[in-house]
Amino acid sequence: MNLYSRRILTNRIGITLSMVAMAFGLAALLWILWTLFSNGFAALSWDFFTQDTPAPGTEGGGLRNAIVGSLMIIGVTTLVSTPIGILAGIYLAEFGATSKFAATTRFVTDIMLSAPSIVVGLFVYALVVATLGGFSGWAGSLALSLIAIPVVVRTTENMLLLVPTALREAAFAVGAPRWQVSLKVTLRAVKAGVVTGILLAIARVTGETAPLLFTALNNQFFSTDMSQPMGNLPVVIFQFAMSPYDNWVSLAWGGALLIALLVLGINIVARVLFRNKTSA
Amino acid sequence: MSEVAYPGTSPEGSSKLPSPPGRGGSAVDPHARQVRKFRMQDLFFHQITLLFAFIVLAALAGILISLAIEARPALRQFGVAFLWTDVWSVPDDEFGALSAIYGTVVTSIIALAIAVPVSFGIALFLTETCPVWLRRPLGTAIELLAGVPSIIYGIWGLFVFAPLFSEHVQPFLQAAVGDTPIISGWFAGPPIGIGILTAGIVLSLMVIPFVASVMRDVFETVPPELKESAYSFGCTTWEVVTNIVLPYTRVGVIGGIMLGLGRALGETMAVTFVIGNANRIVGSLFAPGTSIASTLANEFGEADPGLHSSSLFALGLVLFVITFIVLAISQWLIRRGIAKQGK
Amino acid sequence: MSAPHTAADGDAILEVRDLNFFYGDFRGLTDVSLDVAKSRVTAFIGPSGCGKSTLLRTFNRMYDLYPGQRAEGQINFHGDNLLDRKQDVNLVRAKIGMVFQKPTPFPMTIYENIAFGVRLYEKMPKSEMDDRVEWALRKAAIWEETKDKLQQSGLSLSGGQQQRLCIARTIAVKPEIVLLDEPTSALDPISTAKIEELINELKADYTIAIVTHNMQQAARISDFTAFMYLGELIEFGKTDTLFIKPRQKQTEDYITGRFG
Repeated sequence: MNLYSRRILTNRIGITLSMVAMAFGLAALLWILWTLFSNGFAALSWDFFTQDTPAPGTEGGGLRNAIVGSLMIIGVTTLVSTPIGILAGIYLAEFGATSKFAATTRFVTDIMLSAPSIVVGLFVYALVVATLGGFSGWAGSLALSLIAIPVVVRTTENMLLLVPTALREAAFAVGAPRWQVSLKVTLRAVKAGVVTGILLAIARVTGETAPLLFTALNNQFFSTDMSQPMGNLPVVIFQFAMSPYDNWVSLAWGGALLIALLVLGINIVARVLFRNKTSA
Repeated sequence: MSEVAYPGTSPEGSSKLPSPPGRGGSAVDPHARQVRKFRMQDLFFHQITLLFAFIVLAALAGILISLAIEARPALRQFGVAFLWTDVWSVPDDEFGALSAIYGTVVTSIIALAIAVPVSFGIALFLTETCPVWLRRPLGTAIELLAGVPSIIYGIWGLFVFAPLFSEHVQPFLQAAVGDTPIISGWFAGPPIGIGILTAGIVLSLMVIPFVASVMRDVFETVPPELKESAYSFGCTTWEVVTNIVLPYTRVGVIGGIMLGLGRALGETMAVTFVIGNANRIVGSLFAPGTSIASTLANEFGEADPGLHSSSLFALGLVLFVITFIVLAISQWLIRRGIAKQGK
Repeated sequence: MSAPHTAADGDAILEVRDLNFFYGDFRGLTDVSLDVAKSRVTAFIGPSGCGKSTLLRTFNRMYDLYPGQRAEGQINFHGDNLLDRKQDVNLVRAKIGMVFQKPTPFPMTIYENIAFGVRLYEKMPKSEMDDRVEWALRKAAIWEETKDKLQQSGLSLSGGQQQRLCIARTIAVKPEIVLLDEPTSALDPISTAKIEELINELKADYTIAIVTHNMQQAARISDFTAFMYLGELIEFGKTDTLFIKPRQKQTEDYITGRFG
């Protein structure tokens, strides 16, 4: 075989393999989603949303307590992490161009984005659960906030840096103070982007299981008291999937589907929102 | 009344105060008063945002410090040997991290061995050969895959992948390697589906989207003129990617791989479901094992205060330090890789 | 308007006939016909967006890389239509080399920058490759500056040197035609002068087609000049004639600087 035909052959093989890789990735996605949907939909019913998690060995049951618990924990997480994340993001974008402190914060934030979430759970356990006497929804929200904040910080900063200098300068030119320029002009200009960041943060923590294991723990019963252990979807899925009871395993699939739909839904909304607002 | 007024808080009062040194007579000008008020507000604004930025740093420091404090009893008892002791016995109160570290490292290596070539292929396809109209949807699909919670990978691995793997793939692998020395040892033992290899494979599916996204992003930083120059010699796509794109983006690509490694090392849920949770080191990849994160997930909730829970904190500290280093290197490389394109 | 744009003397190596080019629905070139003469320098001038670079990029089918771009018509090269789907693009590009506006050294050593293209088509022992690298670097008048640092990265050279390296690696594969797409627009005047000198020397062995936005440059180095405007070939002829006695009003306006 001559040099040229060998080159063409190598190229064909390489390109084919890259297509195989793409097909492999897509097939994995579809396979996972398909099993999730087929097993999960079977578990969804009226009871699924209206009954609480069943005791071992009892029939039926639902995930009402876990769904409500998850919503509350995530709600508090959002309320906590949004202002902190946005203000820290403003600091990095407005004051952080040259300071070493800002560079360090940026670096640490990027690392925290991928840091092992179970360690965050350990930290909150040591800090809150062990000292204040017990597992609680608050502790769960705190752990999730530590995971959500870096997401909000980085998207806020990145969005603010996209604001054209001219807009910022125009606001300064009319004599507005810096805080008003930041909050009333630049932040408002990138509102959609910041909301996208918050949505992505919510999506990120919605499926997080590890940080809740030692913080919110779980609660077999319906409870809206954030100072008590609280049922939540990820931990229930973890416990039920590993259990020997068929109805528990089925509920775990249902819960997993619910979480996946939520996360994918939020992700898609965030993308659409971002694309519409930035292309306009 | 005017004597106790503070500048900036009471407009009437401040105008009557002597002007601050170096400010001339501007204090009588109502504009100047407003400007001074703004300056105070801005200072306040700066400090507030700084404080919140500080929270992020404090959280990191807090994690390290609290883990170190909680881990102290165990580290004092076992010393540095904790890192290479292969005992994990709750009844005897003897703990060492080796088997968990082994499982963490081996599953991550398997995950990367699969994820890196596949991600490279995906990134190559998305940037070079994919029809334009498909680029966006496929790229989005890969990014969405990165958003799927890891517990979903875990539950899928346990109920769908592991049974299939034990029934069809494992016996096939054992038959294929036969009695080949060394390699047959990797695939020895009963094909039960769950174990180190399964955990590594499930983990690889989880990291592929992260690595592929970074690779695609850095591939896109290659200047089109540079690729065109190579094509102008009659290079094939494969030659352009391996000779031009990869060397040009080397730093960023390694950063992306390190990011995947950081993710794999610290992942809890995708691993805990399928690794088998056995605190021991067996040569075979089919055997159940454990990782740091899965040991924590399984044992921490029921651990008694004392050496057991302290040892778990020590494990957490080890994991955090390892991933911190890996992720720090990854961030440094990715930034260097992307900064290069700017010049 | 579009007179038969054929060059008077010399053999044509490229015969462009009724060439139309499309970016999606937008027509980038309209009915272009001209001959590129062998072993001569042909310059393409015109205001930005006139289609001169587009035309150049049809000669080696660079547009193939971008879906949605297509060319219709004929570009005959040794009796074959280059635009024919059946043409092997890689082989075409081996015979028709190209140098770009910005210097684009490959991310490898100076030596490898040259050897890379050669290795695509020829297998040769190391000593022969060394000779070829030296030959190409000498030919591009950059040997003296690089002979002691062949193993250093191509990026370590200055902008002008990088551009001459790019020319060296293009001629190292021994093409018949060298396409130059505004090769000096990113360079300082001294480097520009060196490249122009180089082009003058190269035309004995190669056919050169150069796009330039610099009319003086076209006048200095080319034998034939094509003036293009809005995707059409307005005037084509011997450089001396075109600059001294343009036939078309638009050409005259452009070269005298009375142009938007």
